[in-house]
Amino acid sequence: MGVPSSGAVSVFVYVDHVQGAARPVSWELMGKAREFAAELACPVVALIVGHHVSGLAAEAIAYGADRVLIADNAAFAQFRAGAYASALRAAIRTTGPRLILVPAASAARDTAALAACALGIGLAPDCQGLTLDEDGNLLADRPVFGGNIITTIAFSGHSQMATVRPRTFPIPSPDSSLSGEIVPLAVELGELEEREEVLAVEAPEVGELSVDAANIIVAGGRGVKGPEGFAPIRELARVLGAAVGASRAVVDAGWIPYAHQVGQTGKNVRPDLYIACGISGAIQHLAGMTNAKVVVAINKDEEAPIFSVATYGIVGDLFEVVPAMTKTLRARLGR
Amino acid sequence: MKYVVCVRLTPDTEELAEIQPEDVGSGHVDATMVLNPWDEFAVEEALQLQERFEGETVAITAGGDSSIEALKRSVAMGIEQAVLLSCEAFDGSDAWGTSHVLAEAIKQIGDSALVITGKQSVDGSSGLVPAGLAVKLGWPFVSEVAKVLDLTEEHITVLRALDETGMQTVRVKLPAVISVSKEINEPRLASFMGIRKASRMQYPALTSADLPGLDPDQFGTASALTTWTNLRKPPARARKCRLIEGPSAADQASALVDRLIADKVI
Repeated sequence: MGVPSSGAVSVFVYVDHVQGAARPVSWELMGKAREFAAELACPVVALIVGHHVSGLAAEAIAYGADRVLIADNAAFAQFRAGAYASALRAAIRTTGPRLILVPAASAARDTAALAACALGIGLAPDCQGLTLDEDGNLLADRPVFGGNIITTIAFSGHSQMATVRPRTFPIPSPDSSLSGEIVPLAVELGELEEREEVLAVEAPEVGELSVDAANIIVAGGRGVKGPEGFAPIRELARVLGAAVGASRAVVDAGWIPYAHQVGQTGKNVRPDLYIACGISGAIQHLAGMTNAKVVVAINKDEEAPIFSVATYGIVGDLFEVVPAMTKTLRARLGR
Repeated sequence: MKYVVCVRLTPDTEELAEIQPEDVGSGHVDATMVLNPWDEFAVEEALQLQERFEGETVAITAGGDSSIEALKRSVAMGIEQAVLLSCEAFDGSDAWGTSHVLAEAIKQIGDSALVITGKQSVDGSSGLVPAGLAVKLGWPFVSEVAKVLDLTEEHITVLRALDETGMQTVRVKLPAVISVSKEINEPRLASFMGIRKASRMQYPALTSADLPGLDPDQFGTASALTTWTNLRKPPARARKCRLIEGPSAADQASALVDRLIADKVI
C-alpha cells in the first residue's frame, strides 16, 4: 500500500517521548540505526510526533539522525493511537525505509502495530536484540512463551519493523557538531482518527519509575507480608533511584499494582542491579529477571531458588537487612 | 449490540517453563492447554458490559478444532454464542493474517459494537492481533483498558494506562476494538450451569469457504511477513551465589553495599 519498495533506502527511528522528554530507548535505537545505516550505506531518518516538540529535533540530530521528520500539531498534543499511527504511516510512505525501529513502550507499540498492519509491513514486537543478515534483512530476537523461549524473527518484504525494549543497546554519546535536515511532516487526519478523543490525563505518581527502563530494581515478594511491607522496599528504591518491582503472588494479592510485576506474565526486565527481597524465586519470576547484570537475593530461607540465580545473597530477615542497606547507602551516597 | 471476545487456547502458564523449543518448532507443544489467562479478563468484561448495558456476547477463536476448549471455557463463564474458525488455509498466518481472518468473521457475525481482546497470548506474547483487528475492521483501537467508564449507542469511554504518561480517559466512537489489562476486573469462575451448557453446545467450524470477504493474499503461510526461526532456550541463568555473612544485618548490609559499589552497579 504505497510504500516505495526500492530506491530510497533508509533506516528509520521513531523517537518516543513523554511530554517532550525523549525516552532514553529512543537514543539507544538511534545508536543501533547508525550502525545499520553504515552497513547499508544509507541515511538515518527520525520521526517525532507531538506538540511543541521541535526541541527534540536537534537532539535527534546530535544522536545521529541525518533527517528528522516532525509532525508537530495540536492534534498530537495527547497520544491518540490512530492519529499517531497516521503520522508514522505518512512518514514511512514518504521515505520507504528498509528498517523501522520503534521503542517498545505502550503508546509507541500501538502506533507501530497500527501503522505496520495498515501498510502490510512485518513487525517483531518487544525485541531484545537486532542484527542484519548478509542481504541486509533484519533478524530480531524476542522472548516468547513468557520468556522461556527465545526466537529470532525473520522478515520478508522491503520494509521491516521492530519494537525494541528499553536497555537493549547502549546509548551513544550525543555530538552537537553533527548536522542534519529538519523537515515538517504534513499529516492528514481522516475521519477514523477523529473518532478518538482524550478527555483527561492523570499523571503518574511523582518519582514512580517504570521497571522497564530502570537501572536498578528493588523487588518484593511474599516475604513482605502485606501492602505496608513495601514501605522499606520503596525507601531503599528511593535512595537508589530505583524502580519497585514485585512478584506475581503479591500483585495477585492486591498488595501492589500490576505495573510492578516482574516475570512470565509481567515485565521482562534487564537492569544493572536487581534486589529481590522476600522473593522465593518461582521459575515464572526468574523468567523475567535473570538477565539482570547483578542479582541480590535477600531471603530468610536459604533453600529458596532465588539464590541459584543470585550474584550475592543474604540469608536473613528483609525487615532488618533492607532498612540497614538504606541506612548504609544514605551515609555513603549522602542521599 | 454485540460484544465479541477474541479468545485463544494456550499452554497453562505453570507449564511454560518446561516447554521445549523443538516442540514449539514442530507445533506439537506438550502442555495442559487452557483459555489464555489474559483472555479471561476480556470474557469477564464482556459479561460485565452485558450486565451493565445489555447486549449479546460472542466468543470467537481462530485456532483450529482443539481451540473448542477455549470456547467452552468462555461459554462456561457465561458467553452466549461461540464461533470457531478452523481451516488448513488459515495455518501459518502471521498476526496480520490472523487479524484478517478474525475481522472477516466478525463482519459476518454482524451488529458488533465492541471487540474485546486480552492484552496478548502467553505463547506468542506479541499483542499484535488487537491492533491488527482494528486496522482490518477500520475501527478505532484502545489498548490496555483498565476500566470501562461508560458505554452508549455511540461511544465507549475508558480509562487506559500508558507507560510513564499515567492514565488517559479516552472516548472512541463505536464500533471499536479494545484490549484489556489485568486491572480491569476479577474473572469469574465457570458456573455449574455454564459448564453444562458449554458441554452441550455445538461448535461447528467456519472455514475459508464460509467467509466470502477473505482475501487470499492476506492470510496463510504465503502471506506471512514474519517467521519464527532459531527457537532456543534463553542462556543458562544459574550463577554462583556469594553469600554475605556477618554478625548483624548492619554488617551484612554494609559488606553488600561495598560489593555493589565495587561492581559499579550503584
